[in-house]
Amino acid sequence: MSTVSLHHEEPRLLVGEAPSRPTTDEPRVIGARHPGRWVATVVVAVLLAMVLNSLVTNPKWEWSVVWQYLTWPSVLEGLWGTLRLTAVAAFIGFGLGTVLALMRLSRSPLLRGVSWLYTWVFRSVPLILQLLLWYNLAYLYPQITLGIPFGPSFTGFDTLDVIDKFGAAILGLGLSQAAYSAEIVRAGILGVDQGQHEAAAALGLPRSVQQRRIILPQAMRTIVPTAVNEIIGLVKGTSVVYVLAYSELFYIVGVIYGRNQRVVPLLVVAGIWYLVITTVLTVIQFYVERHYAKGALRQLPPTPLQRARWGLGVAWSRITGAPLPSDLPPGYGSRSLAARGVLTRTRRTEIGGVA
Amino acid sequence: MSAGLVEVRGVHKAYGTLEVLDGIDLVVKPGEVTVILGPSGSGKSTLLRAINHLEKVDRGFIEVDGELIGYRTRSDGALQELKEKEILRQRTRIGFVFQNFNLFPHLTALENVVEAPVSAQGRPRAEVEAEARELLERVGLGDKIDAYPRQLSGGQQQRVAIARALAVKPSVVLFDEPTSALDPELVGEVLDVIRDLAATGTTLVVVTHEIGFAREVATTVVFMDGGRIVEQGSPAQVLDDPQQERTRAFLDKVL
Repeated sequence: MSTVSLHHEEPRLLVGEAPSRPTTDEPRVIGARHPGRWVATVVVAVLLAMVLNSLVTNPKWEWSVVWQYLTWPSVLEGLWGTLRLTAVAAFIGFGLGTVLALMRLSRSPLLRGVSWLYTWVFRSVPLILQLLLWYNLAYLYPQITLGIPFGPSFTGFDTLDVIDKFGAAILGLGLSQAAYSAEIVRAGILGVDQGQHEAAAALGLPRSVQQRRIILPQAMRTIVPTAVNEIIGLVKGTSVVYVLAYSELFYIVGVIYGRNQRVVPLLVVAGIWYLVITTVLTVIQFYVERHYAKGALRQLPPTPLQRARWGLGVAWSRITGAPLPSDLPPGYGSRSLAARGVLTRTRRTEIGGVA
Repeated sequence: MSAGLVEVRGVHKAYGTLEVLDGIDLVVKPGEVTVILGPSGSGKSTLLRAINHLEKVDRGFIEVDGELIGYRTRSDGALQELKEKEILRQRTRIGFVFQNFNLFPHLTALENVVEAPVSAQGRPRAEVEAEARELLERVGLGDKIDAYPRQLSGGQQQRVAIARALAVKPSVVLFDEPTSALDPELVGEVLDVIRDLAATGTTLVVVTHEIGFAREVATTVVFMDGGRIVEQGSPAQVLDDPQQERTRAFLDKVL
């Protein structure tokens, strides 16, 4: 077959195409073969089956005990303790962290220095040590007084009354979290284009508005993923508080298996609850990220709900011949692979944006 | 509009040993359009940024409508730098349009325009929004009010940026190479908006490489090189009959 003549007949063909070309208009397309992928899939499937099998058949997991204790009142109480610690510590951590980050970026050398010193100290000292220190604060300062610095005091408390187990745990977790959060927030702010700072300043926006309305919302895009990572770390970090005998999940579980010797099932109970908390946080993360992606993407990614609805809708229409869901994005559901291709492509242009 | 007098007196600015502005004297009369030309690194942008105090100058001073920018004169004659709050207030009288638009990407076109009048000037939101719609209409984007910057073309983004700069009702608008980041076919739509603006009598100072635009719209053309003003005058004088060798050499290259 002569390529030259083909090029003459179809001038749209690119020069340098394969020498022999099919003559039909729409040639049959055969996908590339991936034998390695198949082997890997089979290996992983077998391994998965082995794990599942052992979970079911090994009686020592004692699933009945796990179910029994999963919603045990004191376990739920411990779960509540863990959630409470996490929430308050995250609040203190990110509140103080944002202040520290803004201090670090301020023009005052003293504020910068103090912020740096704080991060240095609280990142360096192990959490467990900090917790015990806070718990023993009453040894250093038996009284806490409010008043004018170096002047008269108005009111005072016994340190032991203010800093109980919960107080010490909150201080330890929150203050050390603040050191890490400060760096996360600072990185987020530094990541915002200098032109945004300039535009906000050139418009004469008050400094607080510049930060709150212009800089921080954009910084959130980089802050949120790392921040959720930190909060998940914090959820698990609360288990360290068992050294104060505060009744959070891990401590409670320990107390129970100390009594009934069912160590593994109770550890599984705690593990399941930590999994649940992390899952919920991950879902929240998705929606928060989606919120702050406003304007950064040309089209927001579909929510898991939307995806599930579309998937079911397409499957349903294939089985019954019913019409496809009306809000289906173009290209979705024609063939799964093709659809994935389309989605990847759109996503790429979304990120690229227009120059 | 009678406001919009810009006076630049003996301004010097150096980055380390590099004299970016080396004694600039310039007066822009109310309602005039001044176009600043010059090679890269000649100090055009720095001068523009100095006018709204985005850059601090080392010597000399700048006044807009007789008000010193960034400083006040003390009774002993010394210049006292203003607090940031004061400087921010002064900036609301000076619009600035950036080469890279610098729209806020997380706000819609309308929100971009509304932000400064509401939070910097404390004007009622409803009134500002109505004005902002009008402004966006005026720059030909009445149908893009709720679009995010990234959903707009470069030319459209720059037009939103111009509307944003106008929303605070400035007496002077400064343009820092407003069309340099645009595809050639989008340059026209932005220049059209600036041309319309010039016709309304707002004082404009435009740094640009668009010689044709300068010839057509400018009241005064200023040619800068090496941090100095080499030559200034009407477009006919500077562009068609330059007296200085540097100006001639530059125009030969760009025309």
